[in-house]
Amino acid sequence: MAKDLARYARRQRKNGVILGLSMAATGVGLFFLGAILYALLTEGLAAIRPSLFTQMTPAPGSDGGLLNAIYGSAIMTLVGTVVGTPIGILVGTYIAEYSRNNRLGQAIQFINDVLLSAPSIIVGLFVYQLMVVPMGHFSGWAGSTTLAILVIPVVTRTTVDMLVLVPNALREAAAALGTPKWKITVSVCYRAARQGMLTGIMLAVARISGETAPLLFTVLSNQFWSTDMSHSIANLPVVISNFALSPYPDWQRLAWGGALLITVTILILNITARTLASLGGAKQ
Amino acid sequence: MVDIPSSDSSPRLRGPQHLFDGLFRGATLFFGLFILLILGGVAISLVVGSSDAFKAFGLNFLVSDTWNPATDKFGALVPIYGTLMTSVIAMIVGIPLSFGVAVFITELCPPMLKRPLSIAIELLAGIPSIIYGIWGLFVFAPFMQATVQPFLIHTIGRVPVIGALFSGPPFGIGILTAGLILAIMVLPFISSIMRDVFETVPAMLRESAYGLGCTTWEVVWRVVLPYTKVGVTGGIMLGLGRAMGETMAVTFVIGNAHRITTSLMAPGTTISSALANEFTEASGSLYQSSLIALGLILFVITFIVLAAAKYMLIRMQRQAGN
Repeated sequence: MAKDLARYARRQRKNGVILGLSMAATGVGLFFLGAILYALLTEGLAAIRPSLFTQMTPAPGSDGGLLNAIYGSAIMTLVGTVVGTPIGILVGTYIAEYSRNNRLGQAIQFINDVLLSAPSIIVGLFVYQLMVVPMGHFSGWAGSTTLAILVIPVVTRTTVDMLVLVPNALREAAAALGTPKWKITVSVCYRAARQGMLTGIMLAVARISGETAPLLFTVLSNQFWSTDMSHSIANLPVVISNFALSPYPDWQRLAWGGALLITVTILILNITARTLASLGGAKQ
Repeated sequence: MVDIPSSDSSPRLRGPQHLFDGLFRGATLFFGLFILLILGGVAISLVVGSSDAFKAFGLNFLVSDTWNPATDKFGALVPIYGTLMTSVIAMIVGIPLSFGVAVFITELCPPMLKRPLSIAIELLAGIPSIIYGIWGLFVFAPFMQATVQPFLIHTIGRVPVIGALFSGPPFGIGILTAGLILAIMVLPFISSIMRDVFETVPAMLRESAYGLGCTTWEVVWRVVLPYTKVGVTGGIMLGLGRAMGETMAVTFVIGNAHRITTSLMAPGTTISSALANEFTEASGSLYQSSLIALGLILFVITFIVLAAAKYMLIRMQRQAGN
């Protein structure tokens, strides 16, 4: 009896210790989230002032802002999203509506999921050889192409996930009215799934707006104001990277400012997307 | 699902609708194939781009540790070593942490906190690589140099054999720091997949185990984990794939030194950081071709890891569906 009790106590102790450790692990995760946000806020807020949004990237030692980089990032993200989103939706439609149980559809979904986690730097290398080498110089278009390629798998994935959730009764009801299949997909399925699809697009924008590595090979950066997409164009991630690695305190401060800007944008996109998704979930 | 036939199989639908149906289906199929084309294009462009390097060095490229732009001699061993080493550290630290987070969220957490906690951890995944990079460079590396590394050198560093891994001066930046940052970065990926697969365990299995008098830990270790081991492995491999391809965060804190040292605290390089650091400055076609060859190696390794991960997760899904 005493032996049994001792054993019971030992099991309880083990349980307590391990569960305590798992709580600690969660604490560690949250601690790092907090530490990164804290550093961004303390270092970045000092750089947030009107000139950040009204002036160009400066030469070392002089004052300036990030206007050209903000503009370049915005335009490339916009083009990448506008090009990548419809493609992603169509691919998702093919997988979910036209080939749910055939091999080609499964193969496409499998490759799409691999692309979803594939290193973005590889995509940058691909576009470098596809566009930068033939054109002879870095360009905003090459950067946008890279971002579009990164958008496609995210949008495809959420589109498939959402279309699969659309009840078949809706499709059958529409078909019974004589609606052609393309119209069922566009007016019934898309409409039923639009909240989730919107979430996917926002997550995709969040993902590409911080991408840095592939842009190093495709756009590089530009010190000056430029709206010419066929040449190098300034963009936030690459400017942040260059400025952070520079020895000049002014540049480093701007890098923190830019980092805060990107992170806040991405966190807002992420949180909005998740809230949207959970609102949609609550409704069903 | 039911297959609603396209109108081409229903003779009564004629005219523009018939055409639209064909066009729409055609467009979705076209872009579906486009996905396969992208992957094929990536593979072909890397093979073509790296052909010069493989012609010049043969398979010796994979095992040579020379990296000398001045004499045009290149080998991939050092970056491969760096990529594997940082990923191994990331896994050793990241897997238990992710497991802990997943266990906490599925088994312990009060229901009210479940959602906010999950979101908070997933926000870590949303923070872009470059932010981890500058945080690592300005905050984490100095902290490692001042506190963690001296501590390691004076404790584990004195143990024979293993001690060699933790010897030498505390640089702050280096393989260990890069590995730890990767561990933080893969934590949300691995833990969210673990949490998802843990939740597929039928409540009856769990309750039966509790009914027999198991403690929470025993339920997790003996019931939940065996039931979900395929999915858990898939999640870990997905994290591994991410860690190996991660670029900016590593580039900022690895130190970019082309040499292999026993000490984990010494600077090193990885495939992705070598690409990010050197690609745009690579003069000479052989130099550039060697860098693309590094890219090809990374592509092959991550493709295998990610495909295996995906395969396991699909198997898990089927199991959960049954």
